Amino acid sequence: MSILVDENTKVLVQGIGSAGRFHTDKAIAYGTQMVGAVHPGRGGQVELFEGETDHSGVPGRDDRYRVEVPIFDTVRDAVDATGATASVVFVPPPFAADAILEAADAGLGLVVAITEGIPIMDMVRVKRVLEGSATRLVGPNCPGVITPHACKIGIMPGYIHQGGRIGVVSRSGTLTYEAVKQLTDNGLGQTSAVGIGGDPVNGTNFVDVLRLYNDDPSTEGVIMIGEIGGSAEEEAADWIRANMTKPVAAFIAGTTAPAGKRMGHAGAIISGGKGTAKDKIAALEAAGVVVAQTPSDMGAAMLEAMAKAGKA
Amino acid sequence: MKIHEYQAKQLMKAHGIAVPIGRVATTVDEAVAAVRPVVDASGHPVVVVKSQIHAGGRGKGRFKEHPDLAGVNVVTDGLKGGVEAAEAKVRALAEAMLGSTLATVQTGPDGKQVNRLYIEQGIDIARELYVSVVLDRATGRNVVMASTEGGMEIEEVAAETPEKILRETVDPALSLADFQARRLAYGLGLEGDAFKNGVRFLESLVAAAEALDTDMVEINPLVVTTSGGVMALDGKMSFDNNALFRHEDVVAMRDLSEENDAEVEAGKYGLSFIKLDGTVGCLVNGAGLAMATMDAIKQVGGEPANFLDVGGGATEENVAAAFTIITRDPSVKGIFVNIFGGIMKCDTIANGVVAAVKQVGLEVPLVVRLEGTNVDLGRQILSASGLNLTPADDMKDGAKKIVELAK
Repeated sequence: MSILVDENTKVLVQGIGSAGRFHTDKAIAYGTQMVGAVHPGRGGQVELFEGETDHSGVPGRDDRYRVEVPIFDTVRDAVDATGATASVVFVPPPFAADAILEAADAGLGLVVAITEGIPIMDMVRVKRVLEGSATRLVGPNCPGVITPHACKIGIMPGYIHQGGRIGVVSRSGTLTYEAVKQLTDNGLGQTSAVGIGGDPVNGTNFVDVLRLYNDDPSTEGVIMIGEIGGSAEEEAADWIRANMTKPVAAFIAGTTAPAGKRMGHAGAIISGGKGTAKDKIAALEAAGVVVAQTPSDMGAAMLEAMAKAGKA
Repeated sequence: MKIHEYQAKQLMKAHGIAVPIGRVATTVDEAVAAVRPVVDASGHPVVVVKSQIHAGGRGKGRFKEHPDLAGVNVVTDGLKGGVEAAEAKVRALAEAMLGSTLATVQTGPDGKQVNRLYIEQGIDIARELYVSVVLDRATGRNVVMASTEGGMEIEEVAAETPEKILRETVDPALSLADFQARRLAYGLGLEGDAFKNGVRFLESLVAAAEALDTDMVEINPLVVTTSGGVMALDGKMSFDNNALFRHEDVVAMRDLSEENDAEVEAGKYGLSFIKLDGTVGCLVNGAGLAMATMDAIKQVGGEPANFLDVGGGATEENVAAAFTIITRDPSVKGIFVNIFGGIMKCDTIANGVVAAVKQVGLEVPLVVRLEGTNVDLGRQILSASGLNLTPADDMKDGAKKIVELAK
């Protein structure tokens, strides 16, 4: 069991430039069903992927793979031809919002936007359009979604993952990898890992993913990784206190970040005294979450939270 | 990206927002020459001389070279002595202000050099109000905030009298609706002409914020004149860097002299770099990991010299540039490269670091931690290069090692 994606998920890649191509190849090596590509102007062409199988992914496959991925001009054509239900967006920032809207219009249930640098106003409009639609957007500016040994949609390195008991959700890409690796090393493993992205306006927030993990029978505990800026972690803390039935551990990046400076992510900024790591850590601890003091202690914090809940 | 007040007012004017008449000056002569046209066009004998720097609190700020001189000065000499008297006063002010260092609550004690002045018409003010347009991250929409407490910092108002802050959330499909603008205008106590002008002002302001992709627009104070006009007496605008590609006119307003040199250079290479006060240089991929690396260094008793995220799409050249920028900082006593490759490949980082060291040398200890995409290839490149570096097993190990070595 898992959330959002599994071995049956059929995925389209939107934007098959160098990054889109590289990570489509990695996803296929992992065993993800990459069934088509959308790239306006290249409809009718085929992209060939072949290489050595990544055996950390879907089990029971040959040592080499050779897959021809058909390219379509529009998402609707691609969905009609392939039956895809999800897409991953690598389209450059000026055109990425439009790509997300096209995916939603074609009825895809899950759109994972990797693109970094989409104008905020574009995302404000996208979020408005997606309200009430059946499409779930994850991202933008995120590493993607993975269910170990089943489906990898995004740019995360596959080999660090190990199927297991913990749900991972994070605003940061590289810190997701840190957490995942520690959970693999300490034997807890992951049910799924979701990067919700570092932008101020995103499609899926902490509470959305916490709710999914809370409802997923195979997930026994959750680790969430936040950072300075906004109030998403505080909202998550409120939700956890009221609804969460499973142990939660957390890490918040940016304890040492100066106020008023944007720390790389468009959303990582302390403004008007709001959005500090200290406030977020206090809110989470008040909700019973075990907060790791350093990024190297995330796995240990999860073990502690599990032990406290009698699930060690 | 930030711009100056006078530039914000140019943009506002172009979007139908009422602003006072004014002219910018970079020399004393230009400042003096601005007085007559401003007085003629406005019909008002008073002018105001305003320092243009990328920081607020200018009215209360003082010049280091002239401790009694404020950053903003009202010149009333024209009331009795005519334009000539106003010009003489502006000359004296401009001579003192231009090239001097203005310290405000926002610049910190070091202050900022004033290279531009804005000569603006006097206004007969009836009331001072506040309005801003910012992103509300909780709803993912712009929100208009307004208050009758013009001239006060909005954070202060929020802390002391939160009931005085009026809010309207903007639906991006509609922009600010008429009823919302009216509700704000009633809430601000506007009447008669001021009500009509206020509604128009608010709607134009939100439309401009949307059209220009602003991060923030703040008008403090927004003034009601004695004749019922509604005008932006001050104006602060900053922009969403991600949207600058579609605003050439805004990009042209960038004033590099207001920014940190190393941060500007890093920006050219697509690097996210922020100079800090410590001694441990950091080269990291990913904003979250870069922040956490700073936290980890601090945790083991060190102080980071910078925040640096090379980003996901960096080339070897970008990585080399990042390394060079870090090594150039004389306060750096050691460098920690902390990489967990996803979209970024470890071999790219390794090649970039090796290339940079070949070019600029390496005189401080270097600790490298590599993990993720193409990690084996990256480690191979580093060990084959013969570089004098200390490998680290994980982030904590790396932070400990570099803090020890950089002592």
